[in-house]
Amino acid sequence: MSRALAEISGLSVHYTPTGGKPVLALDNVSLSISQGEVVGILGESGSGKSTLAAAIMRLLPARTEVTGCIFFEDRDLMSMSERELCAIRGRRISLIAQDPAIALNPVIRVGTQISEVMRAHLNISRNERKQNVQELLCEVGFDDPDRIARAYPHQLSGGQRQRVVIAQAITCQPSLVIADESTSKLDPSLQIQILEVMSRIRRRHGTAMLWISHDPATLAGFADRIVVMHQGRIVELGETNQILHRPQHAYTQKLVGLARELSLDAPMRRGQLEYAN
Amino acid sequence: MRRCAEASWNMPTEGHANAVALRVCGLSKRYWVRDKGLWRRSALNAACDVSFDIPAGRTLGLVGSSGSGKSTVARCVTRLERPDAGEIWLGETDIARLKAAEIRPFRSAIQMIFQDPVTSMNPRMSAAEVIEEPLLIQGRGTREDRRANCAELMEKVQLSAGWLDRRITEFSGGQRQRIAIARALTLRPKVLVLDEALSGLDISTQAEVAELLQELQAAYSLTYLFISHDLPLVARMADWIAVMSAGKIVEQGPVREIISNPKHPETQKLVGAAAHFGAALAKAQGASA
Repeated sequence: MSRALAEISGLSVHYTPTGGKPVLALDNVSLSISQGEVVGILGESGSGKSTLAAAIMRLLPARTEVTGCIFFEDRDLMSMSERELCAIRGRRISLIAQDPAIALNPVIRVGTQISEVMRAHLNISRNERKQNVQELLCEVGFDDPDRIARAYPHQLSGGQRQRVVIAQAITCQPSLVIADESTSKLDPSLQIQILEVMSRIRRRHGTAMLWISHDPATLAGFADRIVVMHQGRIVELGETNQILHRPQHAYTQKLVGLARELSLDAPMRRGQLEYAN
Repeated sequence: MRRCAEASWNMPTEGHANAVALRVCGLSKRYWVRDKGLWRRSALNAACDVSFDIPAGRTLGLVGSSGSGKSTVARCVTRLERPDAGEIWLGETDIARLKAAEIRPFRSAIQMIFQDPVTSMNPRMSAAEVIEEPLLIQGRGTREDRRANCAELMEKVQLSAGWLDRRITEFSGGQRQRIAIARALTLRPKVLVLDEALSGLDISTQAEVAELLQELQAAYSLTYLFISHDLPLVARMADWIAVMSAGKIVEQGPVREIISNPKHPETQKLVGAAAHFGAALAKAQGASA
């Protein structure tokens, strides 16, 4: 095996709804992620990007047909027992969901929820856990970790909640973080803040990331490579700059074109407005 | 119609005396929140002295970061909430003080499209049931009329009338948002309030629905209050932008002014954040700006 952190080969997923005919959600997807690499998955709803994230975490619903191999740190995830998987999920691979309001338990203080991850995976004392929670909250950019740790999710704003979920995800210093549209519901200045937090974590710990988004602009300054997905297939794969500068596939060209249309200077480029920077 | 104190600050009506479709004056709404324990409540000024005019057939973009009070304004203007103070002139009527029963006839003139097309519709209904519900509530039309109306609206939002009897859950997010637009148009309103109506959609779907909204606006001279945190999107849709921060409108002006010469720090922050992603994209594309 090569030194890839994760190696996905020939992964296909069929959803088989009761009474319905099987739906092909992933079609022969192969992808490798190196240590410390940020891979952006670009695709729209129905492209299979969330299915890919769930497949790597082995969180696909029952009645799903999965074929292909997923190797992670040279171990075969597909043949692992539920017990073995529990030792990997949250510890070696963690997932940042799209909606932090759903990901957090509303009746437990967020400090306790971060602490839970350590209780599940690490054999450390209560005081150490408490200390770690403070450090983690600082790491994701909070100035007052004490107050945040004591807060309930509803007392925090969307951006704060998302940072708490990130703190949870990096608690055990996983080697791979999967983020499924983690910034798309936040407003742009919060998006920038989250991306900065993630870049810092990556520099510090060399964490690899699989960053799923439908917006090329989010991936532009962040991902090393971009994988473009469409209808369950990988249609294009390459260096970020190459994909954004010279998209080959028609679908990528369309997405990149739309992203340019939706950037702020687009109306100015169209000559509607003059650009004063 | 009453004049607003700050009328000169508002969007120009191009000389038509009666051309203002929606005029909001001094709108305020305060919520009581429990942030200091279970029994102590403090006031949160979600909207504070908000005033704007929207000329008929035009679009006002309301931008601001989350928590700035945009949705409170939307909910007050559509009278899903009762404002504490201020006036909401819908044509010749101030609907701010009307009681629930009095407001019903005016609901046909102002309709809202919500952000999430999944939670804003009853999953057990078919597309036809969703679209005709406003007519049922208003007690208008016969069964056949309503059916014909639904079919016409489906075509208007570029969906097939043959899909009317499908369950709402069988449609994709973009299709559902089109159905939400059809539902909002059922009562032939003059004003549409769009609260983050395009934010949950993929960028290609977003572009299509944005185009549809612009076509509908031109065809039926609709007036839009377009609310979003996405400044580039608002810049594309609106004629005039108002920026909200902490419940107040801190700056408003023509799109060009706001983007090229933001004055208030909040506006500068929004323009800066939007420019950040534009610059990142431009840099990656090698077209250094």
